[in-house]
Amino acid sequence: MKSFNGKILFLDRSDINTDEIIPARYLTEITKEALKPYLLEDLEMTGFAPERDVAPSGAVITRANFGCGSSREHAPWALEVNDINIVIGESFARIFKQNMFNCGMMAVELSRDVLDDLMTRFAGKETELVTDLEAGVFHFTAAGEALEVPFEISDFDRALVEAGGWVGYADQHY
Amino acid sequence: MGKTIAEKIFASHLVDNPSGDIQVIRLDAVFCHEITTPVAITDLEARGMDRVFDPARIKAVIDHVTPAKDSKTAMQGKILREWALRHGIIDFFDIGDNGVCHALFPEKGFVRPGYTIIMGDSHTCTHGAFGAFAAGVGTTDLEVGMLKGVCAFHAPQTMKVSITGELAAGVYAKDVILAVIGKLGVNGATNRVIEFGGPVVDAMSMEARMTLCNMAIEAGGTSGICAPDMTTVTYLWPFIQDEFDSPEAALEAYGAFTADSDAVYAEEIVFHVGDLVPMATFGYKPDQVKPIAEMVGEKVDQVYIGSCTNGRIEDLRVAAEVLKGRHIHKGVRGVLSPATPAVYKAALKEGLIEIFMDAGFCVTNPTCGACLGMSNGVLAEGEVCASTTNRNFNGRMGKGGMVHLMSPASAAATALTGAITNSHIYTGGE
Ligand code: SF4
Repeated sequence: MKSFNGKILFLDRSDINTDEIIPARYLTEITKEALKPYLLEDLEMTGFAPERDVAPSGAVITRANFGCGSSREHAPWALEVNDINIVIGESFARIFKQNMFNCGMMAVELSRDVLDDLMTRFAGKETELVTDLEAGVFHFTAAGEALEVPFEISDFDRALVEAGGWVGYADQHY
Repeated sequence: MGKTIAEKIFASHLVDNPSGDIQVIRLDAVFCHEITTPVAITDLEARGMDRVFDPARIKAVIDHVTPAKDSKTAMQGKILREWALRHGIIDFFDIGDNGVCHALFPEKGFVRPGYTIIMGDSHTCTHGAFGAFAAGVGTTDLEVGMLKGVCAFHAPQTMKVSITGELAAGVYAKDVILAVIGKLGVNGATNRVIEFGGPVVDAMSMEARMTLCNMAIEAGGTSGICAPDMTTVTYLWPFIQDEFDSPEAALEAYGAFTADSDAVYAEEIVFHVGDLVPMATFGYKPDQVKPIAEMVGEKVDQVYIGSCTNGRIEDLRVAAEVLKGRHIHKGVRGVLSPATPAVYKAALKEGLIEIFMDAGFCVTNPTCGACLGMSNGVLAEGEVCASTTNRNFNGRMGKGGMVHLMSPASAAATALTGAITNSHIYTGGE
């Protein structure tokens, strides 16, 4: 099973599409590792610089409809090779979410109110996430701030995460 | 309660229902090409799982960029080629035998009514024309398909699109599907299988049904599907004659994959085509569609005839009829890519290639090439292409280029004048 802990990268914008996550010009790469330097290269957002902000992260917190656009699985891979195995947001494009769990990664929905609260308290601060998958609770901590937030994922998605993705799950079951 | 075609196929292939409406189904075929498969191969290798579930059920082709245009595309081909060889995948099509996957595989008889098929390619829905469930998938789904021969889907929801009326002369399956997408919108069929039926579809050839199903994904559909009938059986007969005593017997067996009269649909739409005119797209989304008549005179730089949508022999015949004895406009580049070697050979035999060449077209080998802006006719920034393909996304055929999707007849007529043109001025018709 992958790790769902680490420093949080806040992307406070809706509709971040797969071209912004990993531009089409890198689709001729044949290894996931080769995508590493290009994650979020084309994302233009005030206060965000990919070369400065991406490297030491472990999780992304964002807004609605993350991962819209093309079906490319290069989007989760580009996150994965940068050690980002979890994206938390208000909602996700269907195929992106499926691709995340297929890779043994997580795309978890939280309500807008909770996300507002998280952004207000933690954005701009060095924030750590620790995920308790069994209990279904996220632990967020930063200097002088701590918050526990419950979350839910479907049984099948949980099974995929525990198996390390659809390849591992299918290998055990079929 | 009755079942739709997709529900019947799922019921007959169900392996597991791990939870909720997730259905894991057994796959009859896994199709592979050199753009999406190499990553799946290298990942399986890294996991120490370099195996395939059944080499006879895997079909592979190098079609998107062939011959290779640079070191990266050469490497993609090499990985697929070596993998096919190492696993004894006999149905592997390389340079000389290769053609656009969704045109080549049906032609080889790899698709049957009731089949379940996946491929790492969104236009896999094309194969639904044979009464199969065929869906494009991501790389992990492809990997598991190659390894285990299964795939997980949500239980299929079906949308029925009945096409009624009679097509006017000069109006083709491409015009029908463009109009349907214009009506449904690019998300109109998301998460659904589109079951195409009605008298117009019943009267269509397999080629025309493939054109229809090919673009189901452009309305968001998981797959397109047509009920198998005598047209399907006749097309498949050379491949199934050892399995059945007669075409009638085959038809009866395939009847298992037609919808029940009391099947329950998520949505039903009747689309009347009696007054349909030739259509084309005008923007960067395939649902931005209007009659060609409203676009007449818009200049184009290139005309492309080919692809899994409209690169089959019927399409070449229609275009050649418009081009015969004429020459394309001076300012236009005409590119023809017959979709498969068999299409190319038939076109040679029928004298169509000569008509295209005399008209000033460049004829390329069978490949996807320009359709996805990879080779053999990439647009320059600011250029416009009239194309028989299926996607007009921004930059699809080259960064900064504009694509107008239309039928082969309209594309040929457009090549003759150098601006968007209704083919009826050359052929009579609407
Ligand atoms: S011809 Fe175009 S749409 Fe069809 S498979 Fe090739 S790239 Fe895809």
